[in-house]
Amino acid sequence: AESLLQQEALAEPASRLQGLRDRDPLTRFDTEVRPPVRLVPERCQRLRCRDDVATPQVDSGLPTAEEAYNFFTFNFDPEPLEEAAEQKKERRFVEDRGVEEEEEEGGGGGEEEAQVEDGGEGESGSEEEDKEEDGELFIDETAQDFLEVKKAEYLGYHSRVQRESEVLFTPSLRTVPTSCKVPENMQPRYLEEEGLYVGERPPVSLANQNILENRILQQDEKWFGDDGRVLALTDPIKQSSTRPPLFNLEEDLDPALQTVYRKALKTRHASRYVAGLGETAGRCQLDVDVSGLIFSHHPLFSREHVLGVRLVQLYDQHLNRQHRNITGLLTDKVVHAFLLVLLLTCLLCLANRNTRRLRDVEQEKDRTLLKSTLKVWKEMKALREFQRFTNTAYKLHLRKQEVNQSRDEQDFEEEIQMELVELQGELEEEYQRKISQYRQQLEEWKAWRKKQVDLLTGADDEDEDEQEEKDLGSEPPKPEPPERQELSLLEQQVREKAARIRRKPGEPILVPEVTLSEQLTYKPFYFFPPFSDVARRSLFVKVLYNDKEVSRTDRRPLGADFRVHFGQIFNLKIANWPESVRLQVFEASGSSSALLAEVFVPLPESTVLTGSAPPQELEFSSSQRVTFNHEGVGSDVPFSFEADGSNKLTLLTSGKLSCCVSWAVGENDIPLAPPTSQTPGGIHGALRQTDAIACIGASGLSDMKRLSKWAAESRLDPNDPSNVVLMQLLTVASSGEVQVPDYFRLEQLQEEFNFVTDEELQKSRRFRLLTLRSQEVVEFRNYKNVPAVEREVSEKVFQDYEKRLRDGEVVDTKEHLDPHRAVVAKYLKKIRESVMNRFLIAKHHFLLSDLVQEDEVPSIGVLGLNIFKLAEPKRPLKPRRKERKKVTAQNLADGNIKLLVNIIRAYDIPVRKPHPSKPAVASKSARSFTEAFVAAQSSQSALHGNDWPLNQVQVRPFVEVTFQRSVRQTTTADGPNPCWNEELELPFSAPNGDYSTSSLQSVKDEVFINIFDEMTFDITEDDRERGSTVHTRIEKHWLGSVKIPFSTIYLQSRIDGTFKVQSPPVLLGYSKERSLAGEGGYDSVLSLSEGSFVTLFITIQPQLIPGESVREKFDSQEDERLLHAAEAFQRDAALRFPGRPCLTTVIDISGKAVFITRYVRPLSPPQELLDAFPNSPQEATELVARYVSLIPSLPDSVSFTSICDLWSTSDQFLALLAGDEEEHAVLLCCYFLAMGKKAWLIIGTAIPEGPTAYVLTYEQGRYLIWDPGRGQYYGQYDTFCPLQSVGCLINADNVWFNTQVYDAPMRMGFDVSRSKLWKPFFSRAFPNPGLSSVQPEELVYRRVDKVAAAELQDRIEKVLKEKIMEWRPRHPTRWNRYCTSTLRHFLPKLEQSRGRDVGDEHRLELQSMLGDYRISGFPLNVPFSELQPIVEAVYSTGVHNVEVSNVEFALAVYVHPYASNVLSVWVYLASLVRTR
Amino acid sequence: MATNNPSVFLVMINGQIEGANFPEYDDLYCKYCFVYGNDWAPTSGLEEGISQIACRGQGTQPALVWNFPLEITFKSTNPFGWPQIAVSVYGPDTFGNDVVRGYGAVHVPLTPGKHVRTVPMFVPESTSRLQKFTSWLMGRRPEFTDPKVVAQGEGREVTRVRSQGTVTISFNIVTKDMKKLGYDATPSEALSAYTHLQG
Repeated sequence: AESLLQQEALAEPASRLQGLRDRDPLTRFDTEVRPPVRLVPERCQRLRCRDDVATPQVDSGLPTAEEAYNFFTFNFDPEPLEEAAEQKKERRFVEDRGVEEEEEEGGGGGEEEAQVEDGGEGESGSEEEDKEEDGELFIDETAQDFLEVKKAEYLGYHSRVQRESEVLFTPSLRTVPTSCKVPENMQPRYLEEEGLYVGERPPVSLANQNILENRILQQDEKWFGDDGRVLALTDPIKQSSTRPPLFNLEEDLDPALQTVYRKALKTRHASRYVAGLGETAGRCQLDVDVSGLIFSHHPLFSREHVLGVRLVQLYDQHLNRQHRNITGLLTDKVVHAFLLVLLLTCLLCLANRNTRRLRDVEQEKDRTLLKSTLKVWKEMKALREFQRFTNTAYKLHLRKQEVNQSRDEQDFEEEIQMELVELQGELEEEYQRKISQYRQQLEEWKAWRKKQVDLLTGADDEDEDEQEEKDLGSEPPKPEPPERQELSLLEQQVREKAARIRRKPGEPILVPEVTLSEQLTYKPFYFFPPFSDVARRSLFVKVLYNDKEVSRTDRRPLGADFRVHFGQIFNLKIANWPESVRLQVFEASGSSSALLAEVFVPLPESTVLTGSAPPQELEFSSSQRVTFNHEGVGSDVPFSFEADGSNKLTLLTSGKLSCCVSWAVGENDIPLAPPTSQTPGGIHGALRQTDAIACIGASGLSDMKRLSKWAAESRLDPNDPSNVVLMQLLTVASSGEVQVPDYFRLEQLQEEFNFVTDEELQKSRRFRLLTLRSQEVVEFRNYKNVPAVEREVSEKVFQDYEKRLRDGEVVDTKEHLDPHRAVVAKYLKKIRESVMNRFLIAKHHFLLSDLVQEDEVPSIGVLGLNIFKLAEPKRPLKPRRKERKKVTAQNLADGNIKLLVNIIRAYDIPVRKPHPSKPAVASKSARSFTEAFVAAQSSQSALHGNDWPLNQVQVRPFVEVTFQRSVRQTTTADGPNPCWNEELELPFSAPNGDYSTSSLQSVKDEVFINIFDEMTFDITEDDRERGSTVHTRIEKHWLGSVKIPFSTIYLQSRIDGTFKVQSPPVLLGYSKERSLAGEGGYDSVLSLSEGSFVTLFITIQPQLIPGESVREKFDSQEDERLLHAAEAFQRDAALRFPGRPCLTTVIDISGKAVFITRYVRPLSPPQELLDAFPNSPQEATELVARYVSLIPSLPDSVSFTSICDLWSTSDQFLALLAGDEEEHAVLLCCYFLAMGKKAWLIIGTAIPEGPTAYVLTYEQGRYLIWDPGRGQYYGQYDTFCPLQSVGCLINADNVWFNTQVYDAPMRMGFDVSRSKLWKPFFSRAFPNPGLSSVQPEELVYRRVDKVAAAELQDRIEKVLKEKIMEWRPRHPTRWNRYCTSTLRHFLPKLEQSRGRDVGDEHRLELQSMLGDYRISGFPLNVPFSELQPIVEAVYSTGVHNVEVSNVEFALAVYVHPYASNVLSVWVYLASLVRTR
Repeated sequence: MATNNPSVFLVMINGQIEGANFPEYDDLYCKYCFVYGNDWAPTSGLEEGISQIACRGQGTQPALVWNFPLEITFKSTNPFGWPQIAVSVYGPDTFGNDVVRGYGAVHVPLTPGKHVRTVPMFVPESTSRLQKFTSWLMGRRPEFTDPKVVAQGEGREVTRVRSQGTVTISFNIVTKDMKKLGYDATPSEALSAYTHLQG
């Protein structure tokens, strides 16, 4: 009623307000007059009468408690008086309040107001108009009546405070005296003082404490302790924050703190989305149809229900059986089989027997089913009778099918007979089998008997064994013949069985039929608890998809028949893979609900679609125990149908949920199933995307074989795209390529990157080219532009390289003319290669100075010099060469480098002999050994008196420099001592454009400086023209040459000095000009040496930094101490005299460091040399020197591309027939030692070789310096000695380093015993340990081979003649045979005299022979190494350049053989011009 | 000359040495040279050059600007030895001597298109304090024997260097026939953009 009233109150004023609002909106809020108040009387009346109708109980004049409350709490300021006056109208205020509330609410929500208005429209529509009219009236007439204007009431502050203080209590902040707190007449007790422990109280501020205490006191409660303080527990907060320390983490950890391993959980729904989510997102739809629910047992079942359900179940079973009609089927089968049996006798009899047995079983089942059905029905009827009502509609009808009695009987009999017959047959068979068995046994028995009889009747000689056997073998029982079973008995058995399991003949066939037609007779439902309960109960089903509730059905009440019909279909749009669909059945009674059961619905296959899917009946049961105190049987509670409580039953709540889960069908009949539902087990479907194997539900299958087996068994669809990965895997697996290797591989991905096989890669020409280049093989070191594609790499590229590789094996004799030389050349090449490799490795080690240029810190001396330099004249009279900036070779290119040759002057050039001159008979003075260093003799005096016309030009020499086939020449000067002072510039290009240090070092080119005499011949034919025409022919005649290898220039960076010109011993048409100035000091010095000299300065522009020697430590077999000492010695020497070469250890041909003294050992020269001049030791010495000089020289630095000097022993040297100065010097020194001389090796520098080795001998109180390369000797004070400085002396015992101020031979002493001048290596402090020599005991020489020499001579001559003709392509080359034969005659003589002092003699001879020829020519002498140098030498003389038409040539070659294949080659070349 | 089977590919480099950022120095000029492998050959353009002397701007601009153009075309058969530009910067020291202010090298970008490279520069250090002092005094700082040293790795371990500043170089690269010879230097996105433009 209350609520109704309120509703009314809410509805009514709203409509009125609407009207008011319409009427005067302006005054509504701003007037003091409140319209609702004005309306009060009328409304009140209305309300009252309405109240009267609805709530008659409210009409007592007293206000209710609520009203009273409202009265006091609400502030009705405007009309206090009226209110007071009209006490009986209190209700109006209540109404007012409602209005007010409504108004407030209305302000908040206009909708609500409108709604209310709508609701009340029909009701108050007509009233409204009336009211409006009324309202008008009120305002006009009664405003004054109801309003009273009064002054606002104001209560003063003090009075208000006073009034408030009566009501309110404010606890004071002052401390409460203790006496107030403790009980009266008690002293406060302080437990602390009594020695008891009192915990610390929690800190509370004093003010708060006081307030609290005051308040407590006021309330008069016992909150104070004995000490007069508020009772308080001790402060529970610990002072320091603590945590149980975990000291020993492993063992004794508190089990509560023990970490527990939990397997990492996969986020269950991550990556479980349906494949192809992009397009089909939300396209999959699962329809869950929950149609209904039937309980087979429910706690609220009454007993009758239980029986009814059982009845139904049995009936269902019966129907089911009938449907299948097993019995009939089997009966037919039996009958047919029997007929067959008759036909085929007992072929199939066994099978038939089985069938019959089966049929019997089924029949029996049928019958028991029927019986139990009947029994249940009976029970049910009994129950209904007992309880006197029926609350289930089950009813069993038994339809009787009348059968033909006689026919039935007949059938029955037939059946029995049939079975009987069969059984008989069976028994007969059995009998037969037994009979045969019996007979056999009988036979055995008989045999035994017979034997027994024999034994007994036979002789006693039967041995005991037999006896024993007889005893042992127990007497077999006499077999009983099997009995035939009685036919009557059999028949009885059959009949009994038939009676048990079969319908009796004539008995009507009972067909049970359960209907729900029974009349229900209920007890009054109030008094039947189960039914009321049933009515209250309702059920609903939750649908859980992947364990998430997605929807639930409506609540449906449980029917009286315990069936619930839902009939709801849920459309689940799914994105995740379906894993499970679960239906939870909830039973709700009132507002509470309980889970009854849970049913898992199998996920449908993708072919199961909505519409075609059959509904499924899913059974469920719950084990909940439910008991009732009423008729309901409950669940899990034993109960009984019997009155005595026996035969108890326990039933569980169970039932069937009929539902249907299927895939929805889209608009275009497209099934909205996920694309891959091949596997119904959706759980694995989720992983399908990641693992091919796992997705097929075989995640454990790591074994490929098993997998393939599984795949074969499960018959995967190979065309299904979802199986692609798997099929691929399987094909690979079945082909056997993927096998788990039983080894471990580090770079297991290497094979992936091998894009071609190694063989193919090796075959690739381009790859080969690149490899060779990167290996810095000579031919390819600077190969440019390796073709981009394979086919562009021609095989030709490798030809040279492969040829070189082949040549390593095959010796080409054609090139070398001499097989021995070829072998040597090959050997040299090998050594060279090995050294080269060593060098290449060393080349890649860098020093700071290689990379960074940094000025050295200037020493004080340098600074001082620089200061002095400031004072130097700007243009000195004698300028000095400045050091230039050095340039590394790497940033150079062709054309950048120039060779500068400064030809300054020459001395003592041969002068022409006046052509028509009488042969001056010169006395051939035997030049003695001693004359070399005694003052000049008068041997040249023969020339003094020659008739040289003073006015005639003596000689017009010029210098021609040839380098790398480019030729420069100076101007022509006059006289035998010309001065050119000219600079010639020759371009230099490195081989292959490689300007690296190593490449430059290996440049083999030589600079040829040739001195020619320019001759002009007047060839003006007509004397009359002589005045006006000059017609001359110029010829140049070779006078001599200087050869300087480029490597020397490169390594020394400059060559500066006076060189002896290599001139032939005989120059036809020339003679040495002898000092015209007569005997003078200078002349005497000059004449000491014969030959011409040229002063040169050669350098390279820009200056190249010579390569460093290989910074590699060579291994050594020397004593470690010795090596250390050697190193220290060398370091010391370098420190004190940086310019002086000092050698202690050298590298032998195998690349090992060897102490240098080991090389010196007396070795005897070839005996024939010693025998040549038995009585002249000087001659012999010279001959030996010549022999050594005839061994070809081959600078190491050229052949080995580095400065690393290889020292070969003398036998190696002789075998190789090639070596540089060191080898020559060592050999010569060894020879001299063997010849009993005092000899030393000089390590020093010479011109032009640079650092070199000479030999020093001490003879007759003088020192002689031997140049081993040329076989010449110089006195110590010889000006023109090429040896410029001496670093150290070496003999077999010791090494002496030059510590003198000067190192020029002329200015120093050679007495090694003077320790002031020479510092010995082995001293008393470090004596010579007695180093054995590396040289052999004795040198073995090969015999002189004159035949080979003659052969070689012919070949050389032939080659040279061809070459000369080749060089003169435009002119015929005529050979003067006579002259040639004459020259050939001369050559052996020249060899004999070693090229000395035969010139005049044979010139005379020639002159006499060829009087009318102008001859120019000369013999050349070279040591034989190869043919090419000889050709080069001939070419450089330029003899062939004579272009006079009537020129004739003469060429003679002589090869003189020495021991061990050392050959001296003489070439005599002359040009003859007929003078008239 | 649209041959289907080219034997060389071409790399054309346009660009400029835009400027440098050497916080302490002024009045600098730079030299550049290209360093390339054996299989490379310049077909046209300048292989090396020397720029004008650039002074720092008056205002707050700290950078020196050269805007020194580079234009060179290489042909090659082998990407090994891809060209590098080696830049060295020089300028006067307090005594007016020209000293080196930095060496640096960077590979020419491999992919076609515009690239800007900032090359950090460094100079070799003196081997000792005394050396440093004297080299400062005499205006002969340590230098690399060859500016190309900075473009190679061999032998660098013996040197010690000090960082100096940076030089900014912009490249515009055009390549020809690289792809035909089987060298795919274009990044995939650039290629796709290219095909997109074409299509």
